[in-house]
Amino acid sequence: MSGAPLNLTKGPDETFILNLGPQHPATHGVLRIKLTMDGEYVVRAEPVPGYIHRMHEKMGENRTWNQYLPNPSRVDYLSAMAYSHAHVAVAERAAGLEVPPRAEYIRVIVCELNRVSSHLVWLGAFLLDLGGFTPLLYAFDDREMILDLLEGITGSRLTYCYHRFGGVCNDVDDTFVRGTKAFVEHMRPRMKLYRDLVTDNIILRKRLTDIGHISADTCRRYGATGPVIRGSGVPYDVRRNEPYSAYPEFDFDIPVFPEGDCMARYLVRMEEIVQSLRIVEQAIGRLPDGPHIAPKVPKIMKVPPGDYFFATEAARGRFAIRAVSDGKEIPYRIKLRAPSFSNLSLFEEASQGMMLPDALALLGSLDLVIPDIDR
Amino acid sequence: MSFLEIEPFRIALYVVGALAFVGANAAYLVWVERKAAGRFQRRAGPTEVGPAGLLQPVADAIKLMSKQIIVPPGSDALLFRIAPVMVMAPALMCFATIPFSDSIVARNIDVGLLMIFAFGSINVMAVMLGGWASRNKYAIISAARVVSQNVAYEIPMLLTVITMLMVAGTLNLHEIVKQQEAGFWAWNIFRLGTNPLMPVTFVIFFTCMLAETNRAPFDMAEAESELVAGAYTEYSGMGFGVFFMGEYANIVIGCAVATVLFLGGWGSPVGFLPGVWWFLAKMYFLIFTVIWIRWTFPRTQFYGLLNLSWKILIPFSLATLVLTSIVMKIPRMF
Amino acid sequence: MKNIIRDSVAGFKTLVVGMRVTIDQFFRRPVTVHYPHEALKMPDRYRGHIELVRDPETGKSLCIACKSCEKACPSDCIFVDGLKREGEKRKSATEFTLDFTKCSLCGACVEVCPTDALRFTKSYNLASTQKQSYFFDLMKRMEEQKK
Ligand code: SF4
Ligand code: SF4
Repeated sequence: MSGAPLNLTKGPDETFILNLGPQHPATHGVLRIKLTMDGEYVVRAEPVPGYIHRMHEKMGENRTWNQYLPNPSRVDYLSAMAYSHAHVAVAERAAGLEVPPRAEYIRVIVCELNRVSSHLVWLGAFLLDLGGFTPLLYAFDDREMILDLLEGITGSRLTYCYHRFGGVCNDVDDTFVRGTKAFVEHMRPRMKLYRDLVTDNIILRKRLTDIGHISADTCRRYGATGPVIRGSGVPYDVRRNEPYSAYPEFDFDIPVFPEGDCMARYLVRMEEIVQSLRIVEQAIGRLPDGPHIAPKVPKIMKVPPGDYFFATEAARGRFAIRAVSDGKEIPYRIKLRAPSFSNLSLFEEASQGMMLPDALALLGSLDLVIPDIDR
Repeated sequence: MSFLEIEPFRIALYVVGALAFVGANAAYLVWVERKAAGRFQRRAGPTEVGPAGLLQPVADAIKLMSKQIIVPPGSDALLFRIAPVMVMAPALMCFATIPFSDSIVARNIDVGLLMIFAFGSINVMAVMLGGWASRNKYAIISAARVVSQNVAYEIPMLLTVITMLMVAGTLNLHEIVKQQEAGFWAWNIFRLGTNPLMPVTFVIFFTCMLAETNRAPFDMAEAESELVAGAYTEYSGMGFGVFFMGEYANIVIGCAVATVLFLGGWGSPVGFLPGVWWFLAKMYFLIFTVIWIRWTFPRTQFYGLLNLSWKILIPFSLATLVLTSIVMKIPRMF
Repeated sequence: MKNIIRDSVAGFKTLVVGMRVTIDQFFRRPVTVHYPHEALKMPDRYRGHIELVRDPETGKSLCIACKSCEKACPSDCIFVDGLKREGEKRKSATEFTLDFTKCSLCGACVEVCPTDALRFTKSYNLASTQKQSYFFDLMKRMEEQKK
């Protein structure tokens, strides 16, 4: 019954080209998708990225390590914390800088809060793609609490620039600790609201179940990560597979759903919110005392020559920085591995033969952030 | 009462009244919808223009009217211009037969119900023409959707209407309400004696009404997150405004018909207040439900909608039809 | 047949549950703030654009024109000039401008300053139609604040 693959052998004159974007409500940014359509069926979907390319990699090569601090958070503005984390961590790994445990805990807390807020934006935007407007506003209401908390300690609401080499720039205060605990308390019952309003809804179930199937093999071939690959039954999560920071000290599950359809990806993200809340609760409960930044950090970071690599689990999947240093103040090369780019690249293959609304549901379930694709 | 019986007066009164009623409803339902949507989403809705944003529809109308109507090059200019009119005009016609109370009805026609459904389906053609004439790929996809959607939904809707006809035995809306006047247990929705599935029939009718008027969750034709604005993509200014008003006018008619068929029209369950207020109260309650539904659910997928129609609504409405005829026939056989 | 009826009823129930959620929210108070009629207070650490801090004793800027901030800024938006006046131990700034069109509000300048001569403002209503209005003369701003 679903968007059953249709016979694609019709002549080319039967098809027409539909330009989805660069400005279209469903692409959430300046992504363009060139659709070859046969009626309502997608014959070929060719993503055309690049409309918001800002040369973040090149910028890394003409400024000092410190000056690059604001950049990573602007690559994927929705999970800025994980990106900044990767950047400072690659330098710390290279320079052998010891990070105090309190700083690591704070990093985990802010990163997980950021993940929750990112998933909430996705939930709203995804439902918007599916034509449901109200959950967006509820999700933003909850997200607002996270943004207020993070703004209180970092001074910004989106592009935090909170991480520093050897720690974080501000210590957390009592207001933050209390607020975070209150947020976790508040968020748990809200998950029930989302379940009643969205997850269990028959219309949503019908729209997502068995739609947009992506096999584990396709995910591997295209390098898809994050909730996309976990929705296809592969338990790959950087926090588990390449543990970093304080993550090994916490007890949490990696939600995996084997179906590989839009519903599986949806459920993975909803479950991840719950797991992130668990991590936040544990971390805030046993927040160690001590400094929030390593005591002896050079004012201007210098990294010994070499080729370094660090990956973090961002909200959309594996974000990694490869930094090549020649020992100068300025890195020789910065390479950013952005999860959205890999996740988008499988769209062409996965969307073949789908109907337009299903293809858009699939696109939404990949949770793309366009600046993250273009960098 | 006397001068109302003089034909020319009646027609003039009707034309003015219907235009005013439709205009006011379309304008203020937008306001109600925005306010209600705001409350559903924990916002305040429009607040800036006038007290509680009450002048917002006026401001919107002025804005829409002051905009240029752009006819896209290469489009079918005539059809493009006619389409909005064809949404609005049938809606106005339909108001002629709706009995707001025992005495307030423009034209008490014997085939009133038939006329409403006849005019009601012109709406579909108008949206299709508008979409087709726009010369826009999104609009054409939307036009194709509208047609198949409405073909699928006319059937169960008419099946439920036939059920109601068998119960009522007349096409005259006035008569139908008269039969339900005894109190709310006599309303058709609660007349379980004729058909124990009456509430189900009502739900089916209401669902089809939503689909007919292209309202969420069946707003595939507009589907703003897929098709930008569907059939209305190329319409600007008042062209879009008239489509918009037509949509609301159709909702009002749909809810009015539902009130007449199922909820006892102007009949009051308790007895105070003149009937017309009861009619409006019931009708606006249904309209509120329409809005409530829109701001709760995601949009259905296209084939999901067809599945719903062919696999659930049509069998169910057929079942109620058969059941009703059996229940009605049996006593007569003995 | 039985299945279809059961599924339809179950599906219908989820719709009713969803509608109950929204009507419940309908009768609650809105959570929005009616900006610009009311506005939220900015938190203490809010990062607006930077400004110069005055020495509470002398009333002059704390800046010693060391140009560290100028160098640290990733976006090249700071320009500092200073000279050593007679009878003073340290240099003092004569000119301090900020090109806010390029500033990314990262805070590098504030952190690097050895004398804590810079701080963030809390202003965020900065709309303008002209580019020039974002070239801030921070010395002048500080002088004006005195009055
Ligand atoms: S906040 Fe950052 S970008 Fe702005 S002036 Fe200071 S160092 Fe430059
Ligand atoms: S770092 Fe501080 S003291 Fe040095 S020039 Fe900048 S503001 Fe002045």
